[in-house]
Amino acid sequence: MAYNLKEAIKKPNRLSSGHRMCAGCGAPVVANAILRGLKEEDHAVIGSATGCLEVSTFIYPYTAWKDSFVHSAFENAGATVAGAEAAYKAMKRKGKLPADKDTKFIAFGGDGGTYDIGLQSLSGAMERGHDMVYVCYDNGAYMNTGIQRSSATPRFADTTTSPAGKVVPGKQQKRKDLTEVIANHHIPYVAQTAAIGNFSDITTKAEKAIYTEGAAFLNVLAPCPRGWGYNTEDLMIINKLAVETCYWPLYEVVDGKYTVNYKPKNKLPVSEFLKPQKRFKHLFKEGNEWMIEELQKEVDERWERLLELERMTNAE
Amino acid sequence: MSIRERLSGNEAVANAMRQINPDVVAAFPITPSTEVPQYFSTFVNNGSVDTEFVPVESEHSAMSACVGAAAAGARVMTATSANGLSLMWEVLYIASSLRLPMVMACVNRAVSGPLNIHNDHSDSMGARDSGWVQLYCETNQEAYDNFIMATRIAEHKDVQLPVMVCYDGFITSHSIENIELIEDDVVKNFVGEYHPEHYLLNREEPIAVGPLDVQPYLFEHKYQQANGMRNAAKVIKEVSEEFEKLTGRKYEFIEKYQMDDAEYAIVVLNSTAGTAKAVVDDLRAKGVKAGLVKPRMFRPFPGKEIAEALKNVKAVAIMDKADGLNGVGGPLFTDVTSAMVVNGVTDVKVVNYIYGIGGRDVRTTDIEKVYSDLQEIEAAGKVEDPYRYLGLKGGRA
Amino acid sequence: MSDKKCNINPNSTWEEMTLGGTIYDAGNAEEFKTGDWRSKKPVFLEEKCKQCGLCVPTCPDSAIPVDEEGKRKDFNFDYCKGCGVCMKACPFGAIEME
Repeated sequence: MAYNLKEAIKKPNRLSSGHRMCAGCGAPVVANAILRGLKEEDHAVIGSATGCLEVSTFIYPYTAWKDSFVHSAFENAGATVAGAEAAYKAMKRKGKLPADKDTKFIAFGGDGGTYDIGLQSLSGAMERGHDMVYVCYDNGAYMNTGIQRSSATPRFADTTTSPAGKVVPGKQQKRKDLTEVIANHHIPYVAQTAAIGNFSDITTKAEKAIYTEGAAFLNVLAPCPRGWGYNTEDLMIINKLAVETCYWPLYEVVDGKYTVNYKPKNKLPVSEFLKPQKRFKHLFKEGNEWMIEELQKEVDERWERLLELERMTNAE
Repeated sequence: MSIRERLSGNEAVANAMRQINPDVVAAFPITPSTEVPQYFSTFVNNGSVDTEFVPVESEHSAMSACVGAAAAGARVMTATSANGLSLMWEVLYIASSLRLPMVMACVNRAVSGPLNIHNDHSDSMGARDSGWVQLYCETNQEAYDNFIMATRIAEHKDVQLPVMVCYDGFITSHSIENIELIEDDVVKNFVGEYHPEHYLLNREEPIAVGPLDVQPYLFEHKYQQANGMRNAAKVIKEVSEEFEKLTGRKYEFIEKYQMDDAEYAIVVLNSTAGTAKAVVDDLRAKGVKAGLVKPRMFRPFPGKEIAEALKNVKAVAIMDKADGLNGVGGPLFTDVTSAMVVNGVTDVKVVNYIYGIGGRDVRTTDIEKVYSDLQEIEAAGKVEDPYRYLGLKGGRA
Repeated sequence: MSDKKCNINPNSTWEEMTLGGTIYDAGNAEEFKTGDWRSKKPVFLEEKCKQCGLCVPTCPDSAIPVDEEGKRKDFNFDYCKGCGVCMKACPFGAIEME
């Protein structure tokens, strides 16, 4: 169904109020935008890796999840939800569950639980083709433990384990491209998205991912005001800048075919995205211009490569 | 009418799984347990069960998928050994603390390192405090029977804990023995249908499993869990009595072999008990009052029953197929001697033997040596060295 | 064990707590009010609001209620943490922080 904001916001949020994420956090915004992709009549089993989203939404005796929810550990959201999905298949086959009603399976993990410690579990669940969606809410570091670098942290970012020091200026390695890693699992649906504008991109992709049979993966940018050091109220501005600079392209890979969903008419320089964030403050000191240039080069190369993938996979 | 068969331990357990027809089996290959999921996936692909088999990419994911499936409301099983169990470690504790019934075949093998694929008990003994019920099996028949009973024990509302059925790698898992299988429909009736009270897939009552459990709550949840383990003893007894009525095969917390008037006893788990029973028979023929205690379970620990069985002996050797690496013996020794003291059995001489590490053969001559040592201890009136090694090459450091 | 409705509090005993920490009352976090976290408060200027709906999904705390016709109502201050994200998302200046 075509996305309509007015209709979408009428749906009751499936992640309730009363959770304890920080004020202005990007993750619950992402979670609710994804869950708006569910048909109201469908039940969901939602799993989460240990991380901010989990520890702030299910503190005994309160759960903010209106659907069924399971948390096991940090690195196994993929396998845990896969297990629940296997149970669903078997129990439905054996007539232990109503035949005419559907349950959908969604796993959430931060970038730490997804790009790093949970990568194997995620890869296994995707490769085996469980009918589930894995959603990475990528805030680019281990925020729950206090802003340590992950393989999703952008190059040069200042984190508590890659501090911008006098000799080593922040994280030295490039960000892992997890969306591509999962696209190369050749599963039916992979997309990268962010909460921008009227939320059409994110919720439409969520709906596709949830209702595509088989394994699906969504990589979603989820800014963290504390870890990134921008003004809390600027969440939506940061998301927009990430997209307008092509730092975080919006695209999808459907049965191997790439579609870049948004191509900015005026691609903004990456410095526009970096500037409001304290984690990149040292890049704007005199003599450090080369770092911004390097990051710009990286963004440009990845963007061009993505456009090329789109051309290649859509060629007649 | 039972069915007489000749099966390896793994094949017998896989057949128990087939007869139970669980909802989900998630497993990863590791010697010597590999055959269990291997046989089972043949049953799946030939349509003799309608289980969802999840061939995961690691044991960590096997146990994680079991947790997800059990929380979802499924009857769940798996199998592993040694390093596979080690990789599951974190999730073993999660399964038991979230009160998720499931059954695992733990085919005992030495945990690395160095790498060794043969039998000892360092894997399951390491997991002794993970909150799983642990049953131990001497023979293929016991592995098969315990596996069937384990389903009922795990799922009982007063227990709701995972159960590990432990049997010796290669010795039991791969040796073919005569076995009596129970008919399919009789097993089906015995285990019954699984109806969890609360489960993720109940859309009428969505639930949340696995909270952040802060200071005012975790202690109480752990106490509930410990209580589930205490209740397991009562349930094991009930289920075993029902099983005996069905099959004529009697299972108690401990098996006492020639213990009525025994003066010299050994306490030993799993297949070595078979070897030791032959030695007991031999010694009895020579007029030595030898006896044997074989705990059928290690968790919950049948401390009272073991102490009671040992109260009239002169000397006892507690045999550990896993070194505690603590300088003071193995885990069975620790728990048995503790239970003896608590139950007032303090006049018996005790000695520990670490044996069979990494698949080192245990022959009747080794066990004879233990009984003759016990007689020497009794004659000397004291235990010179309570922490001994059996079959070790070289002297003691 | 306790009923579906969650009556568990830090003084509850082990007999009163749910087994293994499972909660049978999905969404009961609504009983936990987060409004007192707020240091700044959004003010909804209804006369400036065009009911475009853009602010609603940006609220991390689902504290912007929507009626059956899809119209936003005043903030739910039981939960609003005062982050100001909605204020920046509004194209019409219909939300101010005080």
